[in-house]
Parts: sequence; C-alpha cells; structure tokens
Amino acid sequence: MELYELGIKAAQDGLAKGEFSSEDIVRSVIDRVHAVDGKVGAYLTFDEEGAIALAKSNPKAVPIAIKDLINVAGQPCTCGSKILKGYVSPYDATVVKNLKANGFIPAGRVNMDEFAMGSSTENSALGVTRNPYDLERVPGGSSGGSAAAVGGDLCVAALGTDTGGSIRQPASFCNCVGVKPSYGRVSRFGVTAFASSLDQVGPMTKSVEDAAILLKALAGHDEMDGTTPDDPVPDYPAELAGATLKGVKIGLPREYFNVSGLDPEVKRVTEEAVRRCESAGAELVEVSLPHTEYAMAVYYIIAPAEASANLARFDGVRYGHRSGKAVDVMSLYMKSRAEGFGSEVKRRIIMGTYVLSSGYYDAYYGRAQKVRTLVKRDFDDAFAKVDALLTPCAPTPAFRLGELQDPLTMYLNDLFTIPSALAGVCAASVPSGATSAGLPVGVQFICGGFGESKLLKVCRAFEEATGRISLARKI
Amino acid sequence: MSSGNKIDVAYVSDLARLELTAEEKALFQPQLENIVKYVEKISEVDVDGVEPMMHGRELVNAFREDEVRPSMDREKALANAPARVGEEFLLPKIVEGAES
Repeated sequence: MELYELGIKAAQDGLAKGEFSSEDIVRSVIDRVHAVDGKVGAYLTFDEEGAIALAKSNPKAVPIAIKDLINVAGQPCTCGSKILKGYVSPYDATVVKNLKANGFIPAGRVNMDEFAMGSSTENSALGVTRNPYDLERVPGGSSGGSAAAVGGDLCVAALGTDTGGSIRQPASFCNCVGVKPSYGRVSRFGVTAFASSLDQVGPMTKSVEDAAILLKALAGHDEMDGTTPDDPVPDYPAELAGATLKGVKIGLPREYFNVSGLDPEVKRVTEEAVRRCESAGAELVEVSLPHTEYAMAVYYIIAPAEASANLARFDGVRYGHRSGKAVDVMSLYMKSRAEGFGSEVKRRIIMGTYVLSSGYYDAYYGRAQKVRTLVKRDFDDAFAKVDALLTPCAPTPAFRLGELQDPLTMYLNDLFTIPSALAGVCAASVPSGATSAGLPVGVQFICGGFGESKLLKVCRAFEEATGRISLARKI
Repeated sequence: MSSGNKIDVAYVSDLARLELTAEEKALFQPQLENIVKYVEKISEVDVDGVEPMMHGRELVNAFREDEVRPSMDREKALANAPARVGEEFLLPKIVEGAES
C-alpha cells in the first residue's frame, strides 16, 4: 500500500508507531499528484516546498487538501475565480488554525465551482476537474476538486464547503464520505462567503471514522463567528465504538423517493441501502416532509440574495481584479466585476439583486424566509419520530462534462440536499453502491441540528453493513 | 407576487454594478426569466402567521466586550491592493470638481 492511499486513521496510527513521517506522506501525495493529476485536475495549486517544510516541523501531522475558498496565510485563495487571481491570503481561516492545532497541516488547494456556485466544478474559471471513476464525467460540485482528490487517492482527506449540497453531491459522485455539519457547528471565519445563512465547512474523507476525526478537529465555538455556539464538541471518533443500526429509527421521506428525475439506478442503490439498514436491525418509518417541493425555489431566492450582498465586496478597490479600462469609480466597479466574474456568478448576483430590490423584496425574499420556516418545521416534526432520515443524495450519478447546459437543470442536482441545508441540520453522503457502468452512488443520512454524534454513528454502522465499495478508477 | 413580474436583466445588472455585454444580456434574460418563474412556486404556499427564518440557526445576539483589540497589520491589509499610494488604496477621483 502506498502512503497516498491512507486515510486519516491509518495515517495517524502509522505516524504514532513511527512507521513513517508526515514528510513521507506529503512526498507520496506529491508524487501521486505528479503522476495522475494531469488527468484529473483536482488541484489548482500545490505549494510543494511549503507543504514539505510544514511536514518537517510537524512530523506527526496528517496533510489535508483545502478547497480554494478557505484562507491559508501566504497561500493563494482564488475561489475558482479570475477575480482573485494573484490574491494572497493575509491570515488563516479558523478551520485552518483548528487543523494545525489538532495534528493536521494544509497541503494543496483544490478546484471548485466559482465562489462555490455550481454542481459540477465546470464553473471554475481556472481549470477542468474530471471524475477519477470516469474521466469524461464531472466530479460534482461545488467541492469537486476535494471529491476528486479524495476519490482518486490524491490526498489523505480534504476540506469542502456545503451551501446547498456542495460537499454531499460530489462525495456521492466520487465514492467518498462527505459530512455537512449543522449550521453553526464549524466556524466560517476566513472562508469566502457565498450564502452566509447556509455555508458550512466539512470533511470529505475515505471513511466515516476519518470524517469523525476531522470534524472533531474543525468544530467548536469561534469568537470570530457569532453563529458558532459555545456547545461542547463531542469526541466523535470515540463515540463510534459499537455503532449499530439495531433499534435505530430510520425515516424514509416519501417526497424523496417518488420524484421524476430520480435515476432508476440511483433509486435501486437507495432501495438496497434501505434493505441493508433493515437487515442490520433498523426500524424503518415512512415519514413526510411536505414542503420539500418548495425547498429548491426557496434556496434559489435566499442563496443568490445573500451571494449578491456578499460579492459586493469584489469592487476592484482593496483586493482582487481591477479593470484597466476604468475612468471613474462607477466604471471601476462595473468593469472590474464584469471582467472578473464568470457567467453563473453573474446570473446569481443579478437574481439576488432582483429578489432584494424595492417592490420585490416581500414577495420573494421575505416570503422565501417564511417558507424556509415551514421547511425547517418539517424536519423538526420528522425528528420527533425518527433518529435519522435516509434519502438518495443526488438524483443521478456523475453526468458527462458539458452535458447540463441549462442553469435550472443544473440546479436540480441539489434537489435532495437543499432542504436539510435550509433547515440547518446535519447530513452526510456515504458510499452505497454503483451503477451498472461502475459509477459511484452515495446515499444521504440526515439528523437534527447538532446531532453529528448520532449522524456519524448511523453512517458508521451503515458503512459496516455495506462494506467497502471498490470500483475501478480510470487513472 | 404575480406572474406579471418580469425581470429586466439590463436594469438589474446596473443596480448590481455589473456591466454586461449584449451577448450576456441576450443569454441571461431568458435564463433568468425561467429561474424567476420557477421560484414563483413559493406563492402557492400559505404563509399566514409564519415567522421568517432569518438564519441557519435561531440566534440571539452574540456580544463581546467593547474593547480595543489589535487588528490586521496595515501592510498585510494593503498587500493585495490593485493600486496604492503610501498607506492608502488608490482610486480614480470620486468627488466631481475636486482637485485630484
């Protein structure tokens, strides 16, 4: 076994026993990147000397690939956008500080849809990322570089971010575990904001245990992010001991199973997952989340609204691209933004500005916030009856590069991941099977707010019941 | 919200301080009309008496003591500036008629 194939737990065990050093792992990952990333395109930049130097000074640390919207002091942070070309982060995000304080080091920066807006990583202005299980297909998005790096053994584990499904959908496409923590569980300080009431950083890993280890390192109160409560962080990995599905009440929301657009093979894999849970002793309960059909519409009002406000900071004044054609301050704004942003980002800024504009605010944004309350209540009601929900993660397996051209069709990728994001609860994608063509398919488990302990236990027991999904890669 | 609402991409992009090319306007106009039409689905929902959910979590204000703390080093804050002069960001003239 090569060191780049290791997950976090195996790496930590080997480091503790002195079988190898952090530098050995980093060098192995770098060799792997040189060998195969020309085909995959997971990384945007990899400061090899910096990573090796960090590994030398932290000989027991595990390297983690970082999605390119999380600030690491002295490193680029492009957010997959031309507008941040040349930008160098002046400080570490809190999650990066937390990594460093808990035996991890950042190593390499991975691709993403521009400003995390997208479901295929095709919206990156800086390069194409391919799915390691089929190089003609997308890795998902927006954390597509993270997923491709984990799924292709181009890293030990990665950080992603999830606003409406950006950790879970790519994890499903690339055969890895992806956890979207509850809103507020992980600090957003130093993470470039897309939609501030939804964004969360989370682990993308090769096993549930690895996700538990990484989440424990990331989570907790941060005085720089007022939305992180001072709730204690459970010892997630320790709590996995003896995880079982026996007696666990698993809810099957009917709105997630009878949906046009749900790929028959994804449906089959999900139904097999349901049966495995039952065989492992779980009690299945049919539940209803009646406002599911409105969640997408709510999301595509609230997320662009918040994005249009957040991205107002890109004005060509303090950092980022400044147009050379500006003659006054107004044209400086207009042209710098026009030249710097890509099409999807522009669409969302316009959509967000529209729903917030005078005369439309109440009908769109105000109303969407009320429907969001109803979406959240659906989850509250469901979790009064069950421990966890089991659903498909993405409606299809990985699609072909260039296959989805219409923006609204692309948005439908997040059909099953958006409602839980709106509700602020925690959710995860876990590898569950494959299509007949050998494409990975994950299923989604959802638990209540700050229910990560329960979520990870359910996922761990499910992973054990499923066994390792070993699929041929094309790299 | 009535289905009579029609997004005017050229007007809204101006509000958003985003210059669009003619091609972009032609591309985005039908795409955004489609998206707006889709999100209008929420008008079907009865929201009478429902409180809006403003954030990802029910929050009370998170205050800290109002004390002076060190902030980012000036050089660091200026390091990414597209143009600067001394300790300031350099911009085109803002106030009309003022001496530059």
